Amino acid sequence: MHPIRRKRLIIVLFLLCGLGLAIALTTYALRQNISLFYDPSQITGGEAPSDRRIRAGGMVEEGSVVRDPQSLKVSFRVTDYESSVTMEYVGILPDLFAEGQGVVATGTLTPGGVFVADQVLAKHDEQYMPPEVSESLERAAMRQKSQEAASPDASSSSY
Amino acid sequence: MFPELGQFSLILALLLAGLLATVPLVGSLTGRDSLQAFARPLAAGQFVFVAVAFGILTHAFMVDDFSVAYVANNSNSMLPWYYKFSAVWGGHEGSLLLWMLILAGWTIAVAVFSRRLPATMVSQVLAVMGMVSVGFLLFLLVTSSPFERLIPNVPTDGADLNPLLQDFGLIVHPPMLYMGYVGFSVAFAFAIAALINGRLDAAWARWSRPWTTIAWAFLTLGIALGSWWAYYELGWGGWWFWDPVENASLLPWLAGTALVHSLAVTEKRGVFKSWTVLLAILTFSLSLLGAFLVRSGVLTSVHAFASDPERGRFLLGLLAFTIVASLALYAFRAPVVHSRVRYGSFSREVFLLLNNVLLMAAMLLVLVGTLYPLILDYLDMGRLSIGEPFYNLTFSPVAIAIGLLMGVGVFSRWKKTDPGWLGRHLLWPAAWSLVLATSVVLWFGGFEPWAFIGSFTAGWVAVTTLQDLWQKSASRKGRWHGMRKQSRSYFGMVLGHLGVAIAMIGVSVVANYGVERDVRMSPGDTASIGEFQFEFVAMGSRQGANFTAQTAQIDITRDGNRVSTVYPEKRRYNVQRSVMTEAGIDAGLFRDLFVAVGEKVDDKAWAIRLQYKPFIRWIWLGSLFMAIGGVLAVADRRYRIKDRKAAANVSSPVPDKPVSAGPAPEVSA
Repeated sequence: MHPIRRKRLIIVLFLLCGLGLAIALTTYALRQNISLFYDPSQITGGEAPSDRRIRAGGMVEEGSVVRDPQSLKVSFRVTDYESSVTMEYVGILPDLFAEGQGVVATGTLTPGGVFVADQVLAKHDEQYMPPEVSESLERAAMRQKSQEAASPDASSSSY
Repeated sequence: MFPELGQFSLILALLLAGLLATVPLVGSLTGRDSLQAFARPLAAGQFVFVAVAFGILTHAFMVDDFSVAYVANNSNSMLPWYYKFSAVWGGHEGSLLLWMLILAGWTIAVAVFSRRLPATMVSQVLAVMGMVSVGFLLFLLVTSSPFERLIPNVPTDGADLNPLLQDFGLIVHPPMLYMGYVGFSVAFAFAIAALINGRLDAAWARWSRPWTTIAWAFLTLGIALGSWWAYYELGWGGWWFWDPVENASLLPWLAGTALVHSLAVTEKRGVFKSWTVLLAILTFSLSLLGAFLVRSGVLTSVHAFASDPERGRFLLGLLAFTIVASLALYAFRAPVVHSRVRYGSFSREVFLLLNNVLLMAAMLLVLVGTLYPLILDYLDMGRLSIGEPFYNLTFSPVAIAIGLLMGVGVFSRWKKTDPGWLGRHLLWPAAWSLVLATSVVLWFGGFEPWAFIGSFTAGWVAVTTLQDLWQKSASRKGRWHGMRKQSRSYFGMVLGHLGVAIAMIGVSVVANYGVERDVRMSPGDTASIGEFQFEFVAMGSRQGANFTAQTAQIDITRDGNRVSTVYPEKRRYNVQRSVMTEAGIDAGLFRDLFVAVGEKVDDKAWAIRLQYKPFIRWIWLGSLFMAIGGVLAVADRRYRIKDRKAAANVSSPVPDKPVSAGPAPEVSA
């Protein structure tokens, strides 16, 4: 083969190998390290896996924050106003964490249905609500509405 | 009255930018010098009017003119004057105006420092810069005017600047970053101009190179400042979060680093021309992508400005237009002439090609990690996040490979390198790096594979670079004479590569041996990390200009000897009623001790985060080295000498040897 062509071939092969390796690594890493978001209804409905890291979030229920008197362990309930999930976390909560505010946490779900968080994020400022949380609240509200429409007795009996 | 003048001034700037984008271009294509002569005055006029608009907005901030909506949203009469000044770019509209000011600044800089370039080149480069200006001025005027008024309901006081941004780091971080982002528009303009007139040669690479390098140096500094700011101001001691907005700045940096190296090959050897042009287009497109990500509201982060779909669409349109138009031009005009320059498969050319391949791979990894969740979300396929583990797994190996290759590449020669000769030269660096990596692991007590590999690579880069310097500076007239014979751009490279080594060792050590403890402490309690004891002495309070703070006093001792006292704070800003954490840091070259106060957990006890951060300063020190290296490379005297030759004989290939030192006439550049 012509030396220039051979050199080009080598370079092209090299590039292809590199590209293949990069794609393989990326897909592998993506499969391992993606954390999907689940809202409280999905978690209580058993949709969330308990063998891998996920994210979960909602509004912190009023009066649900309980601190351990000895350590930095804290537990609170997060709700989408339809279902709620208990979260446990050891460490420092973000500055804007408060009851009645939206949070998103990353962690794992125990078989008992408690979400053990290793990271808790709160909103950045007064106006901002994590988009996952606002969407999940909308979904829950929609479901409640459609339920009310389907069974007027159930809704009227609750009043 | 003033704000309307600002708006008016921006409209005038837009008109001038429109003329700049067309008149000189027409002149250069039809060969009419009278039209080309407009390029420089138009560039100057555009700069003046944008600067006037910027000055008027600054004035509105300084005199607390809350009838201007942007001022009312981002300032407050209680704000100290220097934060009023930096609040000018604290929000979307003003930061875009700063972006525009810097773009106009780069344009006028090109106009001033291009006296020795052929007139057609200057006209076309300035015309392309004018097109970019038109895009951003339209964006500014149509979607985000900073001069809109709140009349007649003028608020009595402003909503205050976001407390996170009330900090020295934020005064300097955005201007530096924008200097980098926008600076790549010069490299882009040179590439497009070269495509338009079909003169894609070594001379083009030589003209484009200093601009690219200086923009790259600014971007390096801007990213490092952002990382430093996040470290002490976000309060939790992290220095890189793989946040999409950080990634948005890393993408053009990686592409720009590849561009700086590929330009070197094009200048010295006349090869990789098409690739270099493509890379210049890519780098600027990634800068635009960054602007889109930050300003369109698709992301939620500290950096993301309030979302407005119209802005997103406009920027996406601008990005799409830039990419499509320049790629179309590229498809038609990319050099079809095959270069006849030969190089072996074991040469500096090939090593620099590999460097480009790896940098592109790193860039693609970050791009995938940043865009994948956004695309899935857009397609309504679920919300997911890609965080640190992904990047640790994929980015780190590529970074290590780049480092290892760098050591080999430094020694290699143009055209052809003898593999045996290269191998013999790499034995000692390998041995020294092993020693260094082993001592790092022994010193910090605990074998961490990534720390070992990382410090080996850092050592490898440093030792090969220094050994090359040692060999090159060998001279019969003594070491000093040999050193003086080296060019400034060579020293620039040495500093840049040493910077990479320094940053790399910082990252490896702090990521693997940093200690973080969250503890519950009441006044009087003591907690320890390694050999350091932290005593929570007391909690006090103080009044700031626009906040009240609770200040903790923490005494740090080491085996009973006092090391330092830090005063971390919890601040409550009065206007926005938001709480901020101000860390207490005892900084040192070899370790930082970092204390941050969390929330109050009961009557007396507080959650407190204690951190030991070894070598963290090296990350920013290394970045500083890289930036200084870039500046030094641009200061090389050969640009000035060759500029002159270039004007006389434009398309002549560049001689391989650098011009030797001699009685060179100093021409200011």
